[in-house]
Amino acid sequence: MSRATLAAVAIVSAAILAYQVLLMRLFSIVSWHHFAYMIISIALLGFGASGTTLALAQRKLLPHFRAVFAASAALFAVMAIASFAAAIRLPFNPLAIVWDARQLFWLTLIYALLVLPFFFGGGAIGLAFSRYRQEISRLYAFDLVGAGIGALGVVGVLFLLSPTATLRVISALGLLAAALVLLPDVVRRRFRLAATGLCLAAVVVLWLPSSLISLHRHVSEYKGLAMALRVPGAHIIEERSSPLGLISVVESPTIPFRHAPGLSLNNTVEPPLQLGVFTDAEAISTITRFEGDLKRLSYLDFTTSALPYHLLGNPTVLILGASGGEQVLLALYHGARQIDAVELNPQVLNLVVGKYADFAGGIYGRPEVELHIGEARSFVKRTDDRYHLIQIPLLYSFGATAAGTQSLHENYTYTVEAIGDYLNHLQPDGLLSITLWLKLPPRDMLKLVATAVEALTEHAITDPGARLALIRSWKTATLIVKNGVFTATEIAKLKDFATGRSFDLDYYPGIRAEEVDRYNILERPYFFEAAAALVGPHATEYIESYKFAIAPATDDRPYFYDFFKWHSLPELLSLRTQGAADMLDMGYLVLFATLIQAALLSLLLILAPLAIRRRRFGGTAPKARTSAYFVALGLAFLFIEIAYIQRFILFLGHPLYAVAVVLTSFLVFAGGGSGLAPRLDRALRTRHQERRLGALEVAVAGISGVAVLHFLGLPPLFAALIALPDSVKIIVSLALIAPLAFLMGMPFPLGIARIGRESPDLVPWAWCINGCASVIGAILATLLAIQFGFAVLVMMAITLYLTTPLTLRMNEPAQ
Amino acid sequence: MSRQARLASAFFAAVLFAAPAPAQEARTQERAAMVAGIEAHVRLAPQAVKNGVIGPAVLQAMRTIPRHEFVPETVRPHAYEDRPLPIGYGQTISQPFIVALMTDLLDVAPGDKVLEIGTGSGYQAAVLSSLAERVYSIEIMLELGNRAGEVLRRLGFANVETKIADGYYGWPAKGPLDAIVVTAAASHIPPPLLEQLKPGGRMVIPIGGPFSAQQLMLVEKKSSGGITTRQLLPVQFVPFTGGTGQR
Repeated sequence: MSRATLAAVAIVSAAILAYQVLLMRLFSIVSWHHFAYMIISIALLGFGASGTTLALAQRKLLPHFRAVFAASAALFAVMAIASFAAAIRLPFNPLAIVWDARQLFWLTLIYALLVLPFFFGGGAIGLAFSRYRQEISRLYAFDLVGAGIGALGVVGVLFLLSPTATLRVISALGLLAAALVLLPDVVRRRFRLAATGLCLAAVVVLWLPSSLISLHRHVSEYKGLAMALRVPGAHIIEERSSPLGLISVVESPTIPFRHAPGLSLNNTVEPPLQLGVFTDAEAISTITRFEGDLKRLSYLDFTTSALPYHLLGNPTVLILGASGGEQVLLALYHGARQIDAVELNPQVLNLVVGKYADFAGGIYGRPEVELHIGEARSFVKRTDDRYHLIQIPLLYSFGATAAGTQSLHENYTYTVEAIGDYLNHLQPDGLLSITLWLKLPPRDMLKLVATAVEALTEHAITDPGARLALIRSWKTATLIVKNGVFTATEIAKLKDFATGRSFDLDYYPGIRAEEVDRYNILERPYFFEAAAALVGPHATEYIESYKFAIAPATDDRPYFYDFFKWHSLPELLSLRTQGAADMLDMGYLVLFATLIQAALLSLLLILAPLAIRRRRFGGTAPKARTSAYFVALGLAFLFIEIAYIQRFILFLGHPLYAVAVVLTSFLVFAGGGSGLAPRLDRALRTRHQERRLGALEVAVAGISGVAVLHFLGLPPLFAALIALPDSVKIIVSLALIAPLAFLMGMPFPLGIARIGRESPDLVPWAWCINGCASVIGAILATLLAIQFGFAVLVMMAITLYLTTPLTLRMNEPAQ
Repeated sequence: MSRQARLASAFFAAVLFAAPAPAQEARTQERAAMVAGIEAHVRLAPQAVKNGVIGPAVLQAMRTIPRHEFVPETVRPHAYEDRPLPIGYGQTISQPFIVALMTDLLDVAPGDKVLEIGTGSGYQAAVLSSLAERVYSIEIMLELGNRAGEVLRRLGFANVETKIADGYYGWPAKGPLDAIVVTAAASHIPPPLLEQLKPGGRMVIPIGGPFSAQQLMLVEKKSSGGITTRQLLPVQFVPFTGGTGQR
């Protein structure tokens, strides 16, 4: 096998992985991310389909390896752009899926289109596996290292280039890989011509007309940005792109934004001029014009978030999620003496500090304001300061939460451990204030109350109810958790604040039933009843009997926005067209539907070659055990990878860093393990022939040992090292993951090598099984993590790994 | 003009302009089926409406008004199904059940002046026109507002006045108003609208994204000037399962 071929395999592998990550970005902009997940998961089964095709046609294809590989890689390059360009032009509207069965047809068509690039890309790699099965370990190592570089590289490239420009680069990479594989044969005239043509095509791809893949034209017309831009005079004045999202700043001079969610009906002041800041064409936040006149901000005092300022005098404040600066303005309005503003997305802060600093009145440059870029929990873990007030404002747009799109997202801001951390950083009698959208029937606020009660209980507080207060406007609700017991004076101030703004009191220590539901009246006093039950002795029974999942979120199961309960599903589905569609947690259901689809398609792809060419595979290999081996590997690898990505989010401080660092280290170090596996296997088998101990047994024992060690050791280690600089934490993460990933890279090539020796026709089939299991593994891992937590997920992965020596050993011919 | 006369004029306008006789008859049957569907829907969620039934005048208006005229050609075959439909420009026409519910909640009496913020398709204004003395409707988007205004004029809804403007400030010249319906999404309720609402007046605001069967919020301005809101779910789904949940 030539170096050029190895490099071509690595490049195709990098391009495929980069394409997968990029598609998630692209679809999050034009549509909504949970449908993006569904589309990409299914499209990945193109790998499986390519394995099946190769299993059927490899004898015809293998003699023309270079030409077929080059054609596959080139078709990947072409289809990477063409499939996406076609898919965004289809009239698919995920919002109408409840009402309109035709949407399923469009969705299927999108699947069909996006399978193609993965089919051709996977086909190229699968072909190389079949052609060079004797050198499988080296090839697999290049495949994994390439994938790792692709995963990390695309994140880096997205900081420099727009998503559509990145798509062109990926396509060009596919064409270059095609040219590269022809190099060893370039003395042949037609190969020379083809290689030159492919290189030229790669250059042409970079200059494709932008209208072909322009995102703006194809953003769903129901997304916030598209709607805002329809207002006369509204236009985009700035755009910033990064892997964290596409930020669009919109100016609407004719009809101002006037964004002030849940403002009291007693307010009479119109909000000042604002710039709308959209992330991925949705999730509006604003930059408010501030010219130094605090009176112009008086409307902010008519939001539920203003409550804590009426209970404290000139506090020191920590704002977790500062965004465009609205909460900083509120703190300034109330004379906060020190404000630490934390924001995850540096691009949003750069806008307020840089280009629009004058518009925003230089709020982030004021002496009492200090800016911090980072994730909320990480910041709190790092700082030694204690505050009078920790303020967590509305984090997501109403539309997104209403549609249940966050249910699949881990969220470490609202967990039992998080609230414990916040309490540890409050001054005595300090306040934690969390504002959420008002959702009916109540879900997230009840989960937050349950989570706060649990956190207080874990802090050895015997009467959590004495430290909680909950108020509500017609659109938002604010929960206050006090680091101390509420006094009679504070309760009187709380009542004054709420009454003066027509906000409802849902809970405070000593609240009476006749005080609730006075201004914003519900069918029944849901929030009062629930809060009273959740602070009482029968909270557990209440949580169990509630029709949505409102049990406290924890760091092990940080799915705050998941409210799904299976036993409520039939009732909600039967009522879906009568108003229950909004109550369905679409994220969870979409994920489940994706799992079913993926499982059925995988079964088809795995069984099809057997059904069609039973004769050919009728040799020595027992299919069920071969399948079990590769299914177990696919599932277990993904279970561990996903659990580790989640586990490292807190430590690395950003989901993006966690994905990039964990994914890359798993792929690259697994590549290393793969390269070493056959030598280790030979050495061990020579030494321990009588015990039949090979590299697989050692790898599996090692994986189990390291995973258990991590399970016990990582939480205290993370707590001790979290204050280190990011660069050091990345190195620590790589060092921690390396041994595990190295061992996890061994079983696949060992299995492939074994069946390559015994039944070569089965190699692409095994590749297909492993690909399918990986797709199912990714979906199943998320579902299992939501249901049981990460610890259980890792334990399941260990169990799966422990079965592999048995299945492979049973495949061995009698010696 | 009396309510009966307006209903009659709307009916004749529909007959004259909409379609040939057999098609017209089919549409009449579809409308009757749509209204029967709304009544069945209400029986499943009686808590959403006063006394568990929608007022006969509202249902009669919906039985008469050619809803298909207010939607684009492409979705006309579905015009009388109980579901929201796309009308272009990122907007939808609400599910007929929600239109009936919103109109019923406004409790419009003959002689009332009603303001609508967000003309959209114009269908809600047409339904209101059969019940109120005058309907004023404001749309922010030029194309949408013009199209709806043209349909309303063509079908003879003479007591509906439309304009393209910023709905935040309401229509001060036409106030005080007996009822206001705000179908355009807003992060908060504009103070000028509350000012223009008469004491004793009612405002209805659907909450929820496009294509969702919305929650409805009823805002009532008491004779004292005090304001209360009431959140109504069009669905009968009680999140408690009984037992300990009820304590």
